[in-house]
Amino acid sequence: MRIMNEGLQHWPFVIAAYAIGVCATLAMVAWSWFGMKRAEQRREEVRRK
Amino acid sequence: MHGFANPARFLRMARWLTPLLLVAGLVLTAVAMFWGVFATPADRLMGETVRILYLHVPAAWLGMGGWTMIAIASVVELVWRHPLAAIAARAAAVPGAVFTAVCLVTGSIWGRPAWGTWWVWDGRLTSMLVLLFLYFGYLALAGAAQRDMSAGAGGNRVTAIFGLVGAVNIPIINRSVIWWNSLHQPPSITLGNSAIDTVFLLPLLLATLGFSLLFAGIVLARMRTLLAQVQTEARLRRRALS
Repeated sequence: MRIMNEGLQHWPFVIAAYAIGVCATLAMVAWSWFGMKRAEQRREEVRRK
Repeated sequence: MHGFANPARFLRMARWLTPLLLVAGLVLTAVAMFWGVFATPADRLMGETVRILYLHVPAAWLGMGGWTMIAIASVVELVWRHPLAAIAARAAAVPGAVFTAVCLVTGSIWGRPAWGTWWVWDGRLTSMLVLLFLYFGYLALAGAAQRDMSAGAGGNRVTAIFGLVGAVNIPIINRSVIWWNSLHQPPSITLGNSAIDTVFLLPLLLATLGFSLLFAGIVLARMRTLLAQVQTEARLRRRALS
């Protein structure tokens, strides 16, 4: 198995992968949590009217 | 299972389970990321880029797991008409698509220093890209069925059939590295066996567990969102008719 034959710096690739992966995951957690809170709040408002 | 098909019972359970899964998932994932990035050595062949696998492998697993969940929920929806099955299938689509995209992007970033190329049209990468397009199609179809109320149960059935048919891609992804010549390595972890050294395997398993808990928490939050939207719309419609 030949690998790493270009002598590229590895850390920029690692940092880029983690930045994308972690940001996407956190954004999805925040979106699903706040979306849920909004939808349930609206359901309660409509129920009370 | 039949008991949880009751929306009221599901909501009672989901209210405490959603934050629990999200917090546990975030903590375990953070620990695994820290362990993988700062506390494991570089690999002899892959160098520092081995650390990308703690993100890439769980994302691949959840991308495929998301569609497996869609397929199972679609069967339940088509056969037993459980009221929550359609909601569960739709709830898994967005996190499944995001994790598939993360898998493709992180794999591409890993591929540049490891293989010398960002992308290659081999079986594993191409079938994973097809999975992402299937997710897009599923989301578009589910959105259209929800918008077009005249489609009613018919629209839901079409979405469920699409979810079921798309599942044919999952075994293709899984076997692609065995069926075809591929730059991608063959399976490193099989049932009861691993070709990965323990020093890399343990943070990888912890990351997979953490991301899986996060996925479960996100799916529950999405299910609660979709259920609340359906209940709100139903109430507004009843009010408009009376």
